[in-house]
Amino acid sequence: MTVRTAELLMGILCALCSIGLMVKSAELNIGWIEGRGPGSGAWPFWLSTGMLLASLLTLFRWFRGITPESRSTVPYMTRETLVIVSISAGSILFLLVATHLIGIYIALLLFLMFYLRFVGRHSWLLTSVLMIAIPVFVFCLFEWALKIPLPKSITEPMFYPIYDLMYS
Amino acid sequence: MSIISTKLKKTLVPAVVAVTTTLGFSATAFAEWSPKKPIELIIMAGAGGGADQIARLLQGLIEKKDLSSRPFIPINKPGGSGAEALRYLQDKAGDDHTVLVTLNSFYTTPIIQKGIGVDVTKFTPIGRMALDNFLLWVHSDQTDITDLDSYVAKVKETGKSWTVGGTGSGQEDSILTAMMEKHFDYEVTYIPFPGGGTVAKNLVGKHIDSTVNNPAEQNEFYRAGNSKPLVQFTAERLPAYPDIPTAKELGHDIEYYMQRSINGPPGMSAEAQQWYIDLFAELYASEEWQTFCVEDGLACDEWMAGDDLGAFHDVQIAKHKELIESVGASAITGE
Amino acid sequence: MESILLLLGAGILEALQPVNLMMIILGCTIGLLVGAMPGLGSVNGVAILLPITFLVPPTAAIIFLAAIYYGAMYGGAISSITLGIPGASTAVATVFDGRPLAQSGQADKALIAAAVASFIGGTISVVLFTLFAPPLAAFALKFGPPEEFALMILAFATFIGLGGDDIPKTIFSILIGLVLATVGLDIISGQPRLIFGDISGFLHGVNFLVLAIGIYGIGEMLWTLETTKGKVAVHKVQISFRSLIANLKDIKSYIATSSLGSVLGYFVGTLPAAGATPASLMSYGLAKTFSKDPDSFGKGNVAGVAAPEAANNAASTGSMLPMITLGIPGSPTTAILLGGMIIWGLRPGPLLFTEHPDFVWGLIGSLYIANLATVLINIAFIPVFVRVLTLPFTILAPIIYILCVVGGYAPTQTMHDVWLMFVFGIVGYLMRKLNYPVAPAVLAIVLGPLAERSLRQSLLASQGDMLTFVERPISGVCILIAVLLVSYPLIKKYRNKPKANT
Repeated sequence: MTVRTAELLMGILCALCSIGLMVKSAELNIGWIEGRGPGSGAWPFWLSTGMLLASLLTLFRWFRGITPESRSTVPYMTRETLVIVSISAGSILFLLVATHLIGIYIALLLFLMFYLRFVGRHSWLLTSVLMIAIPVFVFCLFEWALKIPLPKSITEPMFYPIYDLMYS
Repeated sequence: MSIISTKLKKTLVPAVVAVTTTLGFSATAFAEWSPKKPIELIIMAGAGGGADQIARLLQGLIEKKDLSSRPFIPINKPGGSGAEALRYLQDKAGDDHTVLVTLNSFYTTPIIQKGIGVDVTKFTPIGRMALDNFLLWVHSDQTDITDLDSYVAKVKETGKSWTVGGTGSGQEDSILTAMMEKHFDYEVTYIPFPGGGTVAKNLVGKHIDSTVNNPAEQNEFYRAGNSKPLVQFTAERLPAYPDIPTAKELGHDIEYYMQRSINGPPGMSAEAQQWYIDLFAELYASEEWQTFCVEDGLACDEWMAGDDLGAFHDVQIAKHKELIESVGASAITGE
Repeated sequence: MESILLLLGAGILEALQPVNLMMIILGCTIGLLVGAMPGLGSVNGVAILLPITFLVPPTAAIIFLAAIYYGAMYGGAISSITLGIPGASTAVATVFDGRPLAQSGQADKALIAAAVASFIGGTISVVLFTLFAPPLAAFALKFGPPEEFALMILAFATFIGLGGDDIPKTIFSILIGLVLATVGLDIISGQPRLIFGDISGFLHGVNFLVLAIGIYGIGEMLWTLETTKGKVAVHKVQISFRSLIANLKDIKSYIATSSLGSVLGYFVGTLPAAGATPASLMSYGLAKTFSKDPDSFGKGNVAGVAAPEAANNAASTGSMLPMITLGIPGSPTTAILLGGMIIWGLRPGPLLFTEHPDFVWGLIGSLYIANLATVLINIAFIPVFVRVLTLPFTILAPIIYILCVVGGYAPTQTMHDVWLMFVFGIVGYLMRKLNYPVAPAVLAIVLGPLAERSLRQSLLASQGDMLTFVERPISGVCILIAVLLVSYPLIKKYRNKPKANT
């Protein structure tokens, strides 16, 4: 896909997204209520209309070839970029999914192991030190110092003994 | 996602618990219930409001008196007039480590926002910490308004351009305002602001004409001579305002309170419920809490817990349904 | 006047008591570190430590909390500069120039400028606070909804030049930010809006931090990966006493902007609805508009770091004023401080100044000391923060991702927001590749809710009459200044053009 095609697609997506927001806002009152000012849907509705106009203008400029992107035929994403970006995005996705399933601390451990060892090619020694140390640091900072419980999902009971130590 | 995790939970949790138990960590688990992890104290309003202050005071007192082996962690979930907090608790059904600090939006939000699918009667009632009161306030420069009658006359004369400030359509003060509109047969413009403090400031800055603030929100301005109360919507005169008549005394049947209570999610275990009731009963009786109530103009003379509170909630829900129906939901939202 | 100095002297002496001084140093350090974490801010530090303060006398407690508050304001700049992620909405503008400076190996310069500017902001604002608290409190009362709306217009006008060169895309970016800001409950009608797919997480709206961390954290990292093909050069930074002195000498180039930003920041901060974020944005916008070299902004101009930092520190002092005199919190943090004061039996309100002067002046005195302590602690920590940048990219990247995830979770404590942040990060990255500017969306989501709410409140009060904005003197003046600001670059351009042709 070239930058030129990507610009067109993004313009269309933006326009569709604006229409979607307009429809959603139109569920509320989008008009002017006499003596009260705009209804609750008016602000988002008219702003989305503005978004639609802006994206149509971008499409028009694409058509006329005004923006530099609309004339560019270099690939939008080179193979190399795609690989490197999807490894990062994919590993974050994994981190989030794993947080729901096995809690954030084990997820962090696996995420760090993957990223440090297989992406960064660091030594196993450094990898294991960091993959233990970082979750422990996060735990101390959030659970202990800031008292913000992070999601632990099914691994929660594993932390009971730690709470015993922390609060006794 | 959540389906998978609950399934996994069912199989894995007993295993993990078994491991920890054999290690001898939870030897007391079979005696009286006690919390095993930090307790989430959900606040159905934003930081800095009345409910938030109460939650943080309770948290501080629990810590100071060392009442719980695990800390209470206040978490604000103000989204959707408390709808988000209610949904959160509903989804936490059966959880023993989450409790909710309520306002009256506990009743009104499920009535007004029908789509949220929350049945608060299924929640586990723990204890009622206080009843908050409402007074009608105007700026002290409004010299021609001296009592309720002159207020009503002035509002009728001004008509719709009379502005009443409040904390949001569907909130307690908007309901009370709608009740007054109906009772006195006048119409005003209700302007919502984020939080009672901002309402008070706008009254003192003369950006609105009147409000039905709680005593705590206006008291300092009253003492400074910036604002004055006209009438109280209580059964009896509050000790802090001995000279201000109640609406009932003047022959108008308008009485409205806001409860501040603690509730658990649906299906909380009876042992846990009892533990929380004991804890909050002790807090309720504490000198610190009672002093706070007096200073803040809250009524704290009757402790209500467990099923009594549940029955109280049922009565209140019925009352609010009737109120909202009689004034019409559109009178509250304005659209 | 003399009585003020006497009271202030007593207040400063109070703050210098061993217990209180220790509280200040401890509080500043905690605040600095908490503030430096993206997603965490003074509100976390203050909220968590509030119960602990019940154990010490109220004056020591409020000094401790004020020190945390102050420290976190300084700390916000640190993550903006070293990681490129604004840790709080108040530090968004700091990213614009702080990040390019760090990328060109001048992180220490940016960090010192931020620290010094914060100090200037802090100093000017406490002096203003000492001298003009009561009259300003009275002025703040004059700010009703129409004035707030006019102020928002003014804020939008100050950063008119911040967008990219592609105007339709810039407009799209601003508008989508404004629309995202309307998600959640509309307090005017009490109805939920734009709740997509009936997901309850949308009920609390789209938090600013979710968008900012997504775009500047995840999006920016992906962008860096792409532009460097994964072979990110390790930043070279040298820290020596000499470079520190050299950087301190830079102060000449930004002292004027910082002082102006401080006065502006303090003033905007005292208005209950506004607070530090619009103040820092306005200060940045003004610094750029009236700079001799506006094009260097956004590419690593030290004044672009100093201006918002001076303003946000000054505003955080300013927002103490409505809290103390009116009992209205200017920010979530002051809301919790306020709760603390109530629990200690101190009723904030118009009478606090006269009934508890020892407390109020103790607090103001502690602000002087905390300001000095924080700048020293901050400068001492700078070598440590700069060292973060020398980490290999494959270690730094996962740490930043983790900071984004936990930082996105912390403010509302829902996974919903973390997912949303992830989506914003990816979409922001894809759009940025097509020259859609991202900063306008982030700015819009901060100011949008204030603008819409004050507009509709004003119209309710005026029965739908739009003239209310120009008829009221304060809002009329604000709108007039906004119009002048918008036309200023146009006039400048128009005047320069004929010259270029001849």
